Amino acid sequence: MAGKTLYEKIWDQHVVRDNGDGTALLYIDRQLVHEVTSPQAFEGLRLAGRKLWRVDANLATPDHNVPTTDRSKGIAGIEDPISRLQVETLDQNCAEFGVTEFKMDDIRQGIVHVIGPEQGATLPGMTVVCGDSHTSTHGAFGALAHGIGTSEVEHVMATQTLVQSKSKTMLISVNGEVNAGITAKDIVLAIIGETGTAGGTGYAIEFGGDAIKALSMEGRMTVCNMAIEAGARAGMVAVDQKTIDYVEGRPYAPKGEQWDLAVKAWADLHSDADAKFDEVINIDAASIKPQVTWGTSPEMVVGVDQKVPDPANEKDDVKREGMVTALNYMGLTANTPMNEISVDKVFIGSCTNSRIEDMRAAAEVAKGRQVASNIKLALVVPGSGLIKKQAEEEGLDKIFTDAGFEWREPGCSMCLAMNADRLEPQERCASTSNRNFEGRQGQGGRTHLVSPAMAAAAAIKGHFVDVNELIK
Amino acid sequence: MEKFTSLKAIVAPMDRPNVDTDAIIPKQFLKSIKRSGFGPNLFDEWRYLDHGEPGKDNSGRPLNEEFILNQKRYNGAQILIARENFGCGSSREHAPWALLDYGFQVIIAPSFADIFYSNSFKNGILLIKLDADVIEQLFNDVAANEGYELAVDLENQTITKADGSVIKFDVDEFRKHRLLNGLDDIGLTMQHVDDIKAYEQRRSAEAPWLF
Ligand code: SF4
Repeated sequence: MAGKTLYEKIWDQHVVRDNGDGTALLYIDRQLVHEVTSPQAFEGLRLAGRKLWRVDANLATPDHNVPTTDRSKGIAGIEDPISRLQVETLDQNCAEFGVTEFKMDDIRQGIVHVIGPEQGATLPGMTVVCGDSHTSTHGAFGALAHGIGTSEVEHVMATQTLVQSKSKTMLISVNGEVNAGITAKDIVLAIIGETGTAGGTGYAIEFGGDAIKALSMEGRMTVCNMAIEAGARAGMVAVDQKTIDYVEGRPYAPKGEQWDLAVKAWADLHSDADAKFDEVINIDAASIKPQVTWGTSPEMVVGVDQKVPDPANEKDDVKREGMVTALNYMGLTANTPMNEISVDKVFIGSCTNSRIEDMRAAAEVAKGRQVASNIKLALVVPGSGLIKKQAEEEGLDKIFTDAGFEWREPGCSMCLAMNADRLEPQERCASTSNRNFEGRQGQGGRTHLVSPAMAAAAAIKGHFVDVNELIK
Repeated sequence: MEKFTSLKAIVAPMDRPNVDTDAIIPKQFLKSIKRSGFGPNLFDEWRYLDHGEPGKDNSGRPLNEEFILNQKRYNGAQILIARENFGCGSSREHAPWALLDYGFQVIIAPSFADIFYSNSFKNGILLIKLDADVIEQLFNDVAANEGYELAVDLENQTITKADGSVIKFDVDEFRKHRLLNGLDDIGLTMQHVDDIKAYEQRRSAEAPWLF
């Protein structure tokens, strides 16, 4: 018998019952909760008179609506009354149902996908869900993690299970070593450029190969974060010593005897050498350049040394029209060199790139330099209160503010502009987030996805530039 | 959940690939703590010329006359035909809520994003995947005939065109069953409470750090 993939191993360990109709009831070990996709789920429970099946499996924090400026007034400081109500509703629901919540004024508050791993609430081998598509992030720990809708959030709250059909499996192997200045973000953008945004639909993707193994846990989280942009609900990376070292000692991680037991079990959390994937894609790490998106879908991406693609060269009708629409929206002309495109705002943050390593990479570029005069706003938004604190201890905040960046409080911020941080129509942004959809960062706003170092470089130069020109 | 059995209705075309859930229902409307009332803001940024906000009266807002759903001939459409990877991006269930609230009960496309796919069925929307060339023909038919209708029959898994020709479609058995009967997932799972408890007992012995 052929060996098993990592996905199949975790799947098998979590089947509560085979429904006999192509679906299984899958046990969920951890649910993360935030204010946007949970109110209707709590309301559903309330209406049906149901309780949470396992209160301790849930962990909540507000992130999407929280202001990133002064927090001293707490919830009362959220100016938009509708945003405020949503955060208040989360507080009330968590209190009523007994769910642990890191509230707005808690130093542990942050973007839900940052705090799960930071707290050790995300562990290898777990099934992790959250009403948010970027739950794929947690797969970096060798967990099966995916986003769900609000009906499913309610289902997990009530039953600790989900009805699921098995995904197909895909291995994306990034072989060899990346060049200088290439980060996890460039790797994943290059992957999406290759597979397309629908390439992973129906699959659980495992990322492997030397270049993935060489990444830190932060880097692996960045890659898995964007599995959803490749169309896959779940992305994952095998467990190794780095995973275990990262988890050890975190507040929610097992301790003592339990830790030893867990580590022993986690040793098996990798695909067997003879496991069969439904699809295998190989990518040469050395071929990856610093990436910049040019369109309104993450697959519309090129190296910074390239030009804006010309729709005239696209043979597929639907794709060509899509390109024309995108260029129109982005206010770009085909064949413009990417490094001649100037930007108005810079955003460093989001669940893709707001961890300490991202802060350090951006600070390295910003250090001793000044934000270009054409930049109206350069924002750095750490992913959690604890990251903010650590960065401040390392003096990174000072580097940023000296260079002319704003240093903010943790949250989703301008990744989706649900709070006050947003683009004005036609403003162009170098952003470390994960989606460049129309209007994502503000109606009419134009988003280019890049790595933290590339975003910082764009802030300093005022236009896109190969980060290697600034770090030698 | 409402049942879905069959529907004969006007078809509207959404002729672009990768329509994402941010476009279907922009983020400012996600601040609602309710499940209903999203219809007037479906495709808000494409549909109106001004900026929409929750709580704003939509009746007097300037319409983008070029946007497909604002064309009179598609008034009352309940079937949407679309291009590949429809519903990609954010997992927001507000997207199917908005589509349903607007009136769409069936969406036909070459492919759908995974999370959107399951979210839609959970809300009683039938998603049908057809080959791209079959869909291309539907786009042509819709463009050529004002008031173009299709008849969708879930039990028999058929779409019948005005000329009487029939397109067969596939759908997972379990999704079909739930939709036809309007079954509540949580209620169904609750029938297996003993299995869940047995699993927890077994698993907590094997992996105690998870409990
Ligand atoms: S940072 Fe952006 S992508 Fe991540 S959870 Fe927040 S809004 Fe979603």
